Amino acid sequence: MFDFYFNLPLWLRLVLQGTAVILVLFPIAAACSMAERKISAWLQGRPGPNRTVPPILAWIPGIGVFQRLGLFQLAADGGKFTFKEDPIPGHVNKFYFVAAPILAMIPALSTIVVVPFGAYFNEAGKLVPIILANLDIGLLAVFAVSSLGVYAVILAGWASNSKYPFLGGVRASAQLISYELSMTLSVLPVFLWINAPGGEGTLSLFRVVELQSGSGFAWDSVWYVFYFPLSAFIFLVALFAETNRQPFDMPESESDLVGGFHTEYGAFKWSLFFVAEYCHMIVGSAVFILLFCGGWNPLPGLPLGDVIHWLSGFASWAAHPLVMGLIGIGIFLGKVFASIFFFMWVRWTLPRFRYDQVMTIGWKKLLPLAIANLIIYTLGIAVLAHLKK
Amino acid sequence: MAVIQVERKPLSFAERTYIPQILGGLKTTFKHLLKPTVTLQYPEQRPEIPKNYRGVPTLVKDPNGREKCVSCQLCEFVCPPKAIRITPGEIPEDSINAHVEKAPQAFDIDMLRCIYCGLCQEVCPEEAIWLQNQFSMSGYTRAEMVNNKAKLYELGGTLPDDHFKWDKKKSAEEHGNAH
Repeated sequence: MFDFYFNLPLWLRLVLQGTAVILVLFPIAAACSMAERKISAWLQGRPGPNRTVPPILAWIPGIGVFQRLGLFQLAADGGKFTFKEDPIPGHVNKFYFVAAPILAMIPALSTIVVVPFGAYFNEAGKLVPIILANLDIGLLAVFAVSSLGVYAVILAGWASNSKYPFLGGVRASAQLISYELSMTLSVLPVFLWINAPGGEGTLSLFRVVELQSGSGFAWDSVWYVFYFPLSAFIFLVALFAETNRQPFDMPESESDLVGGFHTEYGAFKWSLFFVAEYCHMIVGSAVFILLFCGGWNPLPGLPLGDVIHWLSGFASWAAHPLVMGLIGIGIFLGKVFASIFFFMWVRWTLPRFRYDQVMTIGWKKLLPLAIANLIIYTLGIAVLAHLKK
Repeated sequence: MAVIQVERKPLSFAERTYIPQILGGLKTTFKHLLKPTVTLQYPEQRPEIPKNYRGVPTLVKDPNGREKCVSCQLCEFVCPPKAIRITPGEIPEDSINAHVEKAPQAFDIDMLRCIYCGLCQEVCPEEAIWLQNQFSMSGYTRAEMVNNKAKLYELGGTLPDDHFKWDKKKSAEEHGNAH
């Protein structure tokens, strides 16, 4: 079966892999909207959506558990978004108006290409990433492509030809650009550390995880969140702003901008914006986990390799690449879901910032902090490299 | 009253970063995650209705199952939004209560107009109309929202009543010397 798959032409394999990844990512992003409702309900002491059930399925005993968890809400939302009337306002430029949600989806779904979401050991005992394209410029590609998402927001705000969406789009673009700077600066120390002088240089996200997977009490067993806590913090704050999550919910703040850049959108086009936001969140948390939280390694000092070794003591099939890959993906997805839960947890804890506060935090607080962080780590790494000689 | 000037303390460094405060907030919200929900699951669980609650106006019968309403129309006249419509009628000849009192032929309360003011209950000399604890009136059509006589008696049921006025009137008519 594997031979058959690997004998397929490369382009066909890539198309199949890409489709498979999008077929997983898209439903997860859609399920996030349900999770958002459910988690917000639990945090507020209410049960949340627990009524929806298809009439025929309702007769099956035991389905009540899924009903109370609100799992059918997903299908109901999807059906509603697909079939409800989707008016296009008469005063908009139709081409750009329709293009905006599509443009929002493209960067959201394509950044996943360079994100490794698991790994397995091949016959030679070498760690192989499960990734669509293991590029050496991995992180650069994520930043470059994901920042294209701002075009969709601006286009949506402008093409709507209406005041509130326009203001929302302008605010969004300013916010996204401001926080992009701190975000990029905050990860530089990590890559200064990885790319030791004289060695092979890389920006690959896979390499970052590989260097965090030492076992026991080795230097490389510590996750980078402990080496670079300030970097991790700045990255996380910038990630909240980049994904337009509360408390940086400027582009669509309902209280002062009606709905922000997507005020004029409805039904399926609106849900595309929504799913794109969650895709950004998933990819963003994935990058955060890869950079700072050890990727698919379950615990600091306990890498995936040790877990596989331990499991294969009980059952030899645990060392099969397929099983290893699934365990790796499972651990990684578990961390991503924990991170998404954190996003929602913060949403129901912090009030929304005022717009001038968003700008102050971005330019006057985070950016100097990121620069100071970079300078201190550069000096530290230089001193370490000097001592090593 | 003495005016006390409260000195506002400058924020400490930890407070100015907001991080301890944010972590405290996260802790508080996480505690709520583990607490049981406080929402009333409405159609299955009903709220406790206070004793003197003024809900939907209904017609009641006395313990002998007789209609108390004598179609005097006072409630119809007093009703501010004119929600009540009574068609007065006689009690049939073959009934044991014939010739004693009257009874409504039709009694409609339009719940789309009713303002639950309770004046009908106040004014009723027979204590036949009561605002009871039924609080959720809903329907899909306007016609469904008009409670007719049968519906009103179904909602109202029987009210404990020690007077047995009908019995007294009946015996007074049979033996003479009313009052």
